[in-house]
Amino acid sequence: MKRLLAILPLLAVVVLVQLLTSWSGTQFYLTQMTMAAYYSLLIIGLCVLMGYAGQISLGHAGFFAIGGYLSAALTTRSLVPFKEAALVRLLDGCGLLHAGRDLYGGELLVVTPWAAALFAVLVAALIAVVIGIPVLKLKGHYLAMATLGFGIIIYRLVLATPWLGEADGISGVPPFVLFFGVTVSGESSVRILNYYLAWGILLSGLILLINLMQSRIGRALRAIHGSEEAADAMGVNIARFKLQTFVLSAVFAAIAGVLLTHYNGGIGPSEAGVMKSVRYVAIVAVGGMAHLWGAMFMGVLLNFLSLRGVFGSYDDAVFGLILIVIMLFAPEGILGLIAGRKKPAATVPTVEQDGEV
Amino acid sequence: MTTELFVQYLFAGITYGSIYAIVAIGFNIIYNTTGIINFAQGEFVMLGGMIAISLLSFLPLPAAIALAVLLTMVIGALIEIIFIRWLENPSVLRMIIITIGLSILTREAAVHIWGENIRALPYFVGNEITTIGIMGARISPQVLWVVGVCGVMVVVLHLFFRATSVGREMRACAANRLATVLCGINPRNMVTFSFVLSAGMGALAGCVMSPITYTQYDMGTGLAIKGFTVAILGGLGHSGGAVAAGLLLGVIEAFSVSVVPLAFQDAIAITILLLILFVRPHGIFGSGEAARLKAF
Repeated sequence: MKRLLAILPLLAVVVLVQLLTSWSGTQFYLTQMTMAAYYSLLIIGLCVLMGYAGQISLGHAGFFAIGGYLSAALTTRSLVPFKEAALVRLLDGCGLLHAGRDLYGGELLVVTPWAAALFAVLVAALIAVVIGIPVLKLKGHYLAMATLGFGIIIYRLVLATPWLGEADGISGVPPFVLFFGVTVSGESSVRILNYYLAWGILLSGLILLINLMQSRIGRALRAIHGSEEAADAMGVNIARFKLQTFVLSAVFAAIAGVLLTHYNGGIGPSEAGVMKSVRYVAIVAVGGMAHLWGAMFMGVLLNFLSLRGVFGSYDDAVFGLILIVIMLFAPEGILGLIAGRKKPAATVPTVEQDGEV
Repeated sequence: MTTELFVQYLFAGITYGSIYAIVAIGFNIIYNTTGIINFAQGEFVMLGGMIAISLLSFLPLPAAIALAVLLTMVIGALIEIIFIRWLENPSVLRMIIITIGLSILTREAAVHIWGENIRALPYFVGNEITTIGIMGARISPQVLWVVGVCGVMVVVLHLFFRATSVGREMRACAANRLATVLCGINPRNMVTFSFVLSAGMGALAGCVMSPITYTQYDMGTGLAIKGFTVAILGGLGHSGGAVAAGLLLGVIEAFSVSVVPLAFQDAIAITILLLILFVRPHGIFGSGEAARLKAF
């Protein structure tokens, strides 16, 4: 309960920011705050993978893109030419399709956002399982290169597939009606609602992960991070825990991709780029690897500044510099530095009391 | 497939393959002395080409290339001295992230200095339409330059590691760091030297390949991942294996053009990388017994 109370001040800040922007007539900041919140959803997921399980991933933009692109393509690409196919008829019969008119008044038959989103996240999770089983046997450079390779393959596929819009990406993605009256959409009339929605989702994700990291799973992950051999000897199923964490972080990335794509009304190939994956790793590193609060705070701050265009044409360079400076001088992250270089939680052995994990 | 077409593809494969082999050997040199993979390896190739192109406006071609290689070596040394030398036992994760950061910074510096334009050095002999006939295929003389220079580099490097005292000290450092210190060799200097060496090799490769493959600020990442594929395929730290694996990957890529779309060419190398990592992480030519001692 005490852990959850820590959310309250943050909730107050979220409300305060909204009131301040309304009061000063700068509501347009809320748009970037909303987008930053969705990116941070991916980042807290990656934080669990990198900081707690100790597995680097240079391919998380790939999972974000799988979520975003699949839901974008399914909700915009018309199924009219395949109207007679058994699968399309079945989907229609289940109420998963949505008929409408396109920009030119033509007939349009697309998958509903809910069905598309669930499918996209499911596919991302499946791919994470298939990729994760062999990849997570690797360590160090090998793991980094393998996940980087996965990210590049997704990027190339996106660029070379006409169904995914090639270099143009996909635009005209419809709003996502979550339930009655609540819609994920970039319309300025629902800006405040979407701001609270995004932050509500982010904070729910944060609470979920914080609780998870205090549970048996979290202790097992920290044991694995400390020493795989020791954890193995204590009866921790290393492969299973690593895979579960990998899939969990991929699902967070895919959900972020789905929601942000509906919010922006489109997605482009740069979202799948290697630089995006590196940027996510940089943000987790600045927040202090095994520090969910730090990762979330830095995720919101840096994404907000980047989206506001504060870094100009030095955007990528800033993230490169952040990576180097943090890793050289404060490998425990900025918050770790402020806390007087305390030993990070990740290296504190906590496995003694629960040997049967 | 006709003989001419076969030879044509083969030479295209060998050209790219020798470049991959050089990048892979660059990885190996640094890996052997430090145990880290320098993710900024591809950037050395880009820097070599870019600097040579800039110098060409006031220097003749050979001098421009020589100076470009020299300058890239200085940059390699500076990178090592500023960012890596003073770290005490850094973890692998930390080194990966630092070298990735270095690669981004180098690339961003390049885009601000040279812009996003695709540039190229002129052909060393003749121009883009000069060809020589080999078994009915038409090959640019530059292809022979690339293969020749890369071949000479591999031989010289081999002799350097065998016959010179610095080369032997570097090998000693790779074999047993502590014993090297006890023999009065400073391993930190050897690490700096390995960065200088792989920067110089990358830069020279970047210069000879520039007329055919062009030079662009963001070419490094693609080269790095292919060089890494080759380094793994040949067995990490194993330079002879890197040459064989580099040529193999180059030829596979060249022939794949006739089967899969060009857009997926990069995906082939990466798929090979993933397969080899999953099935045989010590590489085709690496020793499985030695691999068990390393941490994958």
